[in-house]
Amino acid sequence: MSKKPSTRTRVVVYPRPEILDPEGKAIADALRRNGFEKISEVRVGKSFEIVLEGVGADGATEMLEQMCERFLVNPVIEDFSIEMMTAATSQGETP
Amino acid sequence: MRCGVIVFPGSHGEHDVYHILKHVLAQEVLFLWHGDENLRDCELVVLPGGFSFGDFLRPGALAALSPIIKAVREHAADGGLVLGIGNGFQVLLEAGLLPGAMQRNHSLRFDCRDVYVQVEQADLPFTSEYTAGQLLRMPIAYARGNYVDSEEALDQLEEAGRVVFRYVEPPAGSPLPAGADAQSAPEQRSGAREMDEKTCGSGSARAIAGIANEAGNVLGIMPHPERCAEPLLGNVDGLALFASAVGAGEKHTEVTR
Repeated sequence: MSKKPSTRTRVVVYPRPEILDPEGKAIADALRRNGFEKISEVRVGKSFEIVLEGVGADGATEMLEQMCERFLVNPVIEDFSIEMMTAATSQGETP
Repeated sequence: MRCGVIVFPGSHGEHDVYHILKHVLAQEVLFLWHGDENLRDCELVVLPGGFSFGDFLRPGALAALSPIIKAVREHAADGGLVLGIGNGFQVLLEAGLLPGAMQRNHSLRFDCRDVYVQVEQADLPFTSEYTAGQLLRMPIAYARGNYVDSEEALDQLEEAGRVVFRYVEPPAGSPLPAGADAQSAPEQRSGAREMDEKTCGSGSARAIAGIANEAGNVLGIMPHPERCAEPLLGNVDGLALFASAVGAGEKHTEVTR
């Protein structure tokens, strides 16, 4: 019986710390005005859920790094992090 | 001169560029499709403004992965003329043909109005019909025209003379309101001709509006010269940019003949 691992991953992309994030700043200002005075910073990023078929967690990390470096992230203004949401699950199993 | 205007899904400036090149400057122009793999012998290639691929991922990011970009890259490496306007500039940045990146405007607004830019370099194929220091009035229309790069990279750009257009205050007597950014205090604006990232509205580093590659044959510009390039539009400040490119192309043809 062939087992095909399926890996659900998440890539999170944020503006780099030294890059001013005008959107995050505007949201922080608005939240502070509306009773959330304790906010010192908001940064707005984006996340990608990417499911890889036939790839285990190790291979997934390498593949996602390549995706980020070449496509998903603009290194001039953005940083990224990678999370494994479900480690390799076999076909037929419920995650 | 044979000119090509690349059409991406979501481009909207292609017909304006086509019109100026064909009907105002009497050049041969054709549309190139993003899925094409060659430039059909065009000497000048224009990446027009718009919202290629809906600005998904990042403006210009998906267009930069189009098949035709490989041909654009080769054309640029061979010294061929490449012009990116607005979103076309963003595509060139994402493709790595020009350095840096665009962030959301400091104002957080989609900024759509006339601005003034100063010609910083008048010896490039795209600017030879201008004079250095000349002020041009041009329309902008963008949400992400906030040019960023590291301080070192910006210094290198400046030293190499690759900052081609810079936002400046409207000249005295101009009908345009002084100070692009309403947030800047009037006393800071009055008399100040030069702008910085705080006063130019977009937040663009060192008020950069347009840059070139090292060889000068690839130009990216955020304002829209094609929207101010014939008398009917009430402003012809952008025409010399296209006329310069056409002139450069003709010279090149003479040399290679």
